[in-house]
Amino acid sequence: MVKEPVAVVGIGQTKHVAARRDVSIAGLVREAAVRALDDAQLTWADIDAVVIGKAPDFFEGVMMPELYLADALGAVGKPMLRVHTAGSVGGSTALVACNLVAARVHRTVLTLAFEKQSESNAMWGLSLPIPFQQPLLAGAGGFFAPHVRAYMRRSGAPDTIGSLVAYKDRRNALKNPYAHLHEKDITLEKVQSSPMLWDPIRYSETCPSSDGACAMVLTDAVGARRAPRRPAWVLGGAMRSEPTMFAGKDYVSPRAGKECAADVFLQSGITDPRREIDAVEMYVPFSWYEPMWLENLGFAAEGEGWKLTESGVTEIGGDLPVNPSGGVLSTNPIGASGMIRFAEAAMQVRGQAGEHQVDGARRALGHAYGGGSQFFSMWVVGAERPTS
Amino acid sequence: MPDVLSAPLVVEFPFTRSLGPVQSAFLTGLRERSVLGVRTADGRVLVPPAEYDPVTAEEIRELVEVGTAGTVTAWAWNPQPRPCQPLDRAFAWVLVRLDGADTALLHALDAPGGAQSVRTGMRVRIRWALEREGAITDIACFEPDDDGPTTHEARPHSGEFADPVTGITAPARLDYTYFPGRAQSRYITALAGRKTIGERCPSCRKVYVPPRGACPTCGVATDEQVEVGPRGTVTTFCVVNIKAKNVDIEVPYVYVHIALDGADLALHGRIGGIPYDQVRMGMRVEPVWTEGGRHPDHYRPTGEPDADYDSYRELL
Amino acid sequence: MRDVAVVAFAQSRHTRTSEETSEVEMLMPVLHDALGQVGLTTSEIDFTCSGSCDYLAGRAFSFTMALDGVGAWPPISESHVETDGAWALYEAWVKILTGEAETALVYSYGKSSPGELRDVLSRQLDPYYVAPLWPDSVSLAALQAQALIDAGHTDERRLAGIAARSRGSAQDNPHAQLASSPPTAELLTADYVVQPLRRHDCPPVGDGAAAVVLAAGDTARRLCPHPAWIRGMDHRTEPHGLGVRDLTDSPSTRLAAERAGAFDAPVDTAELHAPFTSQEVVLRKALRLGDEVDVNPSGGALAANPVMAAGLIRIGEAAACIHRGASRRALAHATSGPCLQQNLVAVLEGDR
Repeated sequence: MVKEPVAVVGIGQTKHVAARRDVSIAGLVREAAVRALDDAQLTWADIDAVVIGKAPDFFEGVMMPELYLADALGAVGKPMLRVHTAGSVGGSTALVACNLVAARVHRTVLTLAFEKQSESNAMWGLSLPIPFQQPLLAGAGGFFAPHVRAYMRRSGAPDTIGSLVAYKDRRNALKNPYAHLHEKDITLEKVQSSPMLWDPIRYSETCPSSDGACAMVLTDAVGARRAPRRPAWVLGGAMRSEPTMFAGKDYVSPRAGKECAADVFLQSGITDPRREIDAVEMYVPFSWYEPMWLENLGFAAEGEGWKLTESGVTEIGGDLPVNPSGGVLSTNPIGASGMIRFAEAAMQVRGQAGEHQVDGARRALGHAYGGGSQFFSMWVVGAERPTS
Repeated sequence: MPDVLSAPLVVEFPFTRSLGPVQSAFLTGLRERSVLGVRTADGRVLVPPAEYDPVTAEEIRELVEVGTAGTVTAWAWNPQPRPCQPLDRAFAWVLVRLDGADTALLHALDAPGGAQSVRTGMRVRIRWALEREGAITDIACFEPDDDGPTTHEARPHSGEFADPVTGITAPARLDYTYFPGRAQSRYITALAGRKTIGERCPSCRKVYVPPRGACPTCGVATDEQVEVGPRGTVTTFCVVNIKAKNVDIEVPYVYVHIALDGADLALHGRIGGIPYDQVRMGMRVEPVWTEGGRHPDHYRPTGEPDADYDSYRELL
Repeated sequence: MRDVAVVAFAQSRHTRTSEETSEVEMLMPVLHDALGQVGLTTSEIDFTCSGSCDYLAGRAFSFTMALDGVGAWPPISESHVETDGAWALYEAWVKILTGEAETALVYSYGKSSPGELRDVLSRQLDPYYVAPLWPDSVSLAALQAQALIDAGHTDERRLAGIAARSRGSAQDNPHAQLASSPPTAELLTADYVVQPLRRHDCPPVGDGAAAVVLAAGDTARRLCPHPAWIRGMDHRTEPHGLGVRDLTDSPSTRLAAERAGAFDAPVDTAELHAPFTSQEVVLRKALRLGDEVDVNPSGGALAANPVMAAGLIRIGEAAACIHRGASRRALAHATSGPCLQQNLVAVLEGDR
């Protein structure tokens, strides 16, 4: 059985900010959706189904908010599906939408992910006072910092690597009009002298809290032919999960991540990702995750990922640009963050990334992860239609 | 101790909701005792005003003012109101089509005549709250309107008010009872005797601490209890320099992963009794309990030599 | 379209409370049961998808702990929907249709006992205009019931008849929470919960879990002597606001049924996810089910309504009818949201 090729023909996102005080939740998601439709030059009537994702409902205090959002998303009379796979949800949501087209269940699907963190406080949502359990002793970054230390011990990476990633991503964000953080006067010294919150993680090496939404229009081969702009073609997509905590879990380089990457590269006919992938949008909520994921995804041998960062390979002008958009370190509407990675990867191969465009990008990886480094979703998109 | 534990869990937050322009006009209007709707492209008047047309999905922004009385289109008599509902005595939930509107608004109807006085098609009017702030609760409820039918055409409205409401605070509290289940109950109960009891997977033989009911890699119940610790090895850590919410510990402090002796994965804790900058991976530690504490207050160095990296790298 | 079938179905004994078990402890035996029916292990399943909801448990990411019961090692291809498991089954069905999977495990669970379900469900409503009034789920269903009575589609006696029939049917269902009913006349003497609904018109509040195994083509034939083939499946959405809908009708159910091919040939059995008696009236009309159709032989959601699993259970029960030869062509329906806002219809058939 041959799957229907899937094309990304519309992409839209909001200008991500700490608090969008001028819109409702519907207004926020709507803004991204309309931009995606406009990009594809389609109307609501052209959409066959809606697939929506977000992280925990407690963040906005609305149980299954897609029910309330149905009208705003033009889902009345249509199928609407809600995905929730923790931090990877933005990516998973896009893949579920992708499958609807690939399986020829629908021709054209709107997929969207969002978070409006300003409705509550993410740390409240993440640390509800569950009885009997030890309270979270260290806050959000404290969960990740020990794993970063484990990586540093394992790889022998110099202490400065994390600051290099943050400095790069914050500079990249200056080229992305939708990015939340625009630190125009950023310097490496400022990153390196920012407060040490969870040693070894500094303030400038952590992600912000954002309100934002991202949407994409996915369509089949016929739809792609009609599209006004060059589509991005989905060459491969995969999800992998492993348990939250278990004996033998490798938090530094989870097996689910490795296998997800291997699957998505196999589907895409990629045998040497380091050479064949032109741009990577990966989920890096704390700077050190860039070298960790470079190894996990197979771009570098174990213990070698930091060398790519250190030598400038992951800069926009390097030969494996990572997070040219500025990444999660510059923009983090949690539930949408994964979809933004997927969308930014598609923007690169469509040549629509503007100032943060990677020259000649033909194949790009979008990556998302979540939970206790346990849920992974990834896709590879290309400028050329896949040959099957 | 009972076999299984339970405890109250309160999930409560005052959500801060920003409003779009249509919602802002509607809720500000309520504060000013007028009801606004929106007119769709095909001429229907929606009250309460939707931001987007439920039929066409088009954005709607054409505001109109409708009447403050209307007709009940559906009702349900609620003899025992629940805590946060609009009235604390028996009332009817009603869908009311206000004069000039084509859709109905959900609210409460105060009907002193009881259920038998309520019917579909009856006339009702808004009873305004005495103190209004720009919220749906500015309508205290509806009340029977014996003045009979009035005709009120929807009139164009600019939606402009002085000092418009741009957001609402929506407090929400839900009360739950938390049941940790069999395995966690056994673990928590044992902690009261300052023993740490893990559970062994019958399939892979790994010892889980704390046990959560299933071996997550084998998908089978863990049921063999195994005492672990009390000593253990720091596998990794971070130094916390900012105060976490709900955690009353002076910073800086060291948050650690500790593999208790006999356990096959690390649990989380805090190190005390040593300057924060002297904590090391591989350090040997033991728990320190305080009176009444459910969990160890912190862990302190035992003074033993550090463990070899290779002895705990699999637990990292 | 690829042939895909339900080849196994398992569910817990649904109960008012389940204090002694955590979610994973409740779910795990059900997973073992479903996989055991077809002799598969987690690692032999190509795709896993689950449905559950954080608001029931009062904890964020509650599904991550339930995953412990699956034994997701080596890592598995897996996804989760924050709604009824019927939609998880839909996602898994689509995954198999792409050809990327031959088999799928679908599960869902819900414990309503920890919270006040009527209040919890009010958090689903429009957060600006409706949720601040805390209208509870029974009250909203009562509005719908009154609209049906006003329109002459039913009356309280007929609603009580639906309750009595459903719980009578559940006598043959060992998993049911409520499996007996006083006669209709006696039911009508009870007080209203919210008029016009009495206690018998409402679903029992309870806890439970369910699991289904799907398989494609020859794999299904190998795993199951009488596969329940999914001939079509579709789901559709209504506007959110109750005041803009005709509560006496369910156009989304009708459209989903059309798209699923439900009207192409008569069904002999229907499992409807109608938590309230009055909602069966709406669904029967939308689905054009006559008296010759055996509706809810399991007792339906009136016999057991573990929220987030009850819709998946409808598909499982319809499939089980086919597995045991009690049905040749069955319709299964699932719903989500206030007053039947979202509706899913699946058409299942045995081998002809």
